[in-house]
Amino acid sequence: MPRGSAPRAPQGPAATAPERELLTQALALHLPDVPAEVPGGSASALLPVLHHLQDALGFVPQPLVPEIAAALSLSRAEVHGVITYYHHFRSAPAGRHVVQICQAEACRANGAEALMAHASARLACAPGATRADGAVTLEPVYCLGLCATGPAAMVDDKLRARVSAATVDDWASRFEGTT
Amino acid sequence: MSAPTVWIPRDAAALAAGADDVVDALIALAAQRGLPLNLVRNGSRGLLWLEPLLEVATPAGRVAFGPVQVADIPGLVDAGLLDESTALDGLSDALVAHPSRLGLIEALPYFAKQQRITFARVGLTDPLSLDDYAAHRGWTGLDKALAMAPTAVVGDVLESGLRGRGGAAFPAGIKWKTVAAAQAPRKAVVCNADEGDSGTFSDRMLMEGDPYCLIEGMAIAAVAVGATYGVIYIRSEYPHAEATLREAVARATAAGHIGAALRGKGPAFRLDVRRGAGSYVCGEETALLESLEGRRGVVRAKPPLPAIEGLFGWPTVINNVITLASVPRILADGAHAYHAFGAGRSRGTLPFQLAGNIRHGGLVEAPFGVTLRELLFDFGGGSLSGRAIKAVQMGGPLGAYVPQSQWDVPIDYEAYAAVGATVGHGGIVVHDDGANLAGLARYAFEFCALESCGKCTPCRIGSTRGVEVVERLVAAPVSLKGAQEELLRDLCDTMVSGSLCAMGGMTPFPVLSALDHYPEDFGLPRRAAAGEP
Repeated sequence: MPRGSAPRAPQGPAATAPERELLTQALALHLPDVPAEVPGGSASALLPVLHHLQDALGFVPQPLVPEIAAALSLSRAEVHGVITYYHHFRSAPAGRHVVQICQAEACRANGAEALMAHASARLACAPGATRADGAVTLEPVYCLGLCATGPAAMVDDKLRARVSAATVDDWASRFEGTT
Repeated sequence: MSAPTVWIPRDAAALAAGADDVVDALIALAAQRGLPLNLVRNGSRGLLWLEPLLEVATPAGRVAFGPVQVADIPGLVDAGLLDESTALDGLSDALVAHPSRLGLIEALPYFAKQQRITFARVGLTDPLSLDDYAAHRGWTGLDKALAMAPTAVVGDVLESGLRGRGGAAFPAGIKWKTVAAAQAPRKAVVCNADEGDSGTFSDRMLMEGDPYCLIEGMAIAAVAVGATYGVIYIRSEYPHAEATLREAVARATAAGHIGAALRGKGPAFRLDVRRGAGSYVCGEETALLESLEGRRGVVRAKPPLPAIEGLFGWPTVINNVITLASVPRILADGAHAYHAFGAGRSRGTLPFQLAGNIRHGGLVEAPFGVTLRELLFDFGGGSLSGRAIKAVQMGGPLGAYVPQSQWDVPIDYEAYAAVGATVGHGGIVVHDDGANLAGLARYAFEFCALESCGKCTPCRIGSTRGVEVVERLVAAPVSLKGAQEELLRDLCDTMVSGSLCAMGGMTPFPVLSALDHYPEDFGLPRRAAAGEP
């Protein structure tokens, strides 16, 4: 597989200065973690770098892809492949509120499917989508490790057990108040 | 005046039930009343339907209250929860009479009937306190290992009979022996903390409740095989466990337990924590290694085994959290003490996880040989809905649905394999009689299609074809069902025999068990089988 190919000019908008700054910071933090004697080992900093960017920005800006690739001796295709393979990484910002409702077996046993349908209707947002006004992203998630007290959800990084339709209604009211 | 110690868990399941709000309310009220507060954020005891579970120190032992909500705090404090007399003389009459009082935690049957070995400290101690860890026999196993020849350490793990707790049940000692025998300048120990199976949370609870135990287990593995580098690969869905682990690794390194010299006297062992990114298949060991090396989590063909060529091509021990966390006690107490528990060739204990539609969901560590019926009813108290339990999926999304006729089979790897079931990571997902097993079979394929890494054809294509065939089978008129069933079984056979890893190779298990034991849910006639409900 070709490695270390030179970055070509990005086709979309260029990365902003703060985005570049963040990438420099991420590389300085995570590249030294790679054991020095590993050939091509810098690639192993890719996931930590992507996490660093997404933790700060909420997504991985597309214009940074060629720069990440160049810094880690990867092709743009390889970086793009990683970003799109993993469910966790976003290439565009999520809504102002992110609602993740577990759809795995243990939560299904306690009505997670009906709960997702209710949330989709109440929040006016399709599962896996962000509402047009950017207020809410609704996502299925496959296990939060709260399987004894399902249905489980994570809302804006806060965990909730035994989620009911009423809980969802509370979120909906709260979101409307803050948008 | 010394206030009694109060424990409120920091475990994610407690947080999801509102533990932080309870803590905030308690801190605010204590401050308002000028009462000293001696609060510890412990791990969870695993009685998850009772979270947030508050414990208070009394002369007789720790007394539990639960579930405690914010509204209960003023009443508990009024009744003397924070008074010195609670620590010196025990509970006041008002506390004894409090509706949320459960009694001495260690006397509660759910807890007392367990055999806590790997989870001995979880819920008992402050997870991040190095003093607490040392005071509860922490580092004893590592110190013993450092005083032994590495081959003797491997020998102990072999003799203990410990098998991989992630699901594959491969003997840990054999894996370690292979890595120890490999000649290479560098070797690695990788902890698989990508606990993606629905119905499982024991890895999470251990990492949040006793992170130093995992660190000690990894250090022992490093000593045994001659590794100097370790990584814990933890899933991104576990932010709390990740934060706890990072802090624990930093503290253990700063205190000299790991890092430049193990326990200040042994070989070097550097330990990193790395976050996954929401890919189920990265729980498969070779996909996990690919992910660590910065690639898509695509499964590698074996051989070479990771024990020969693993992370960065180095010989690598890769084990699940519970496997590694079981090792310190094996070293500390000796292989025979651990081997004494269990049944058949399944030695020791397994932390079972009761999940789904279950009244008393939580963590139950018990020796192999316990039955599903005991776990479901003696511990679990039956279904949450109060309706009859129809099916139990054991071993995660790739595990079979176990019908009532098999609930008395003593749980061990071989006994379960003999009836076509899987023990896996010990997750038990309960479904009541409202469940439709054809729908769950369809979901098994759907999940496989969503999470397949795409490397091998049976899994990549078969999963989508599986969704379609199940839909056609359910919709078909009776006269045409036979052909669809045959097609479905044929597809399952291809996936079982032809897939590269367990994702495609075991997805048929829940499907076929649903078809075999619950044919009526597919509109098929029930087959005559002895003992079926």
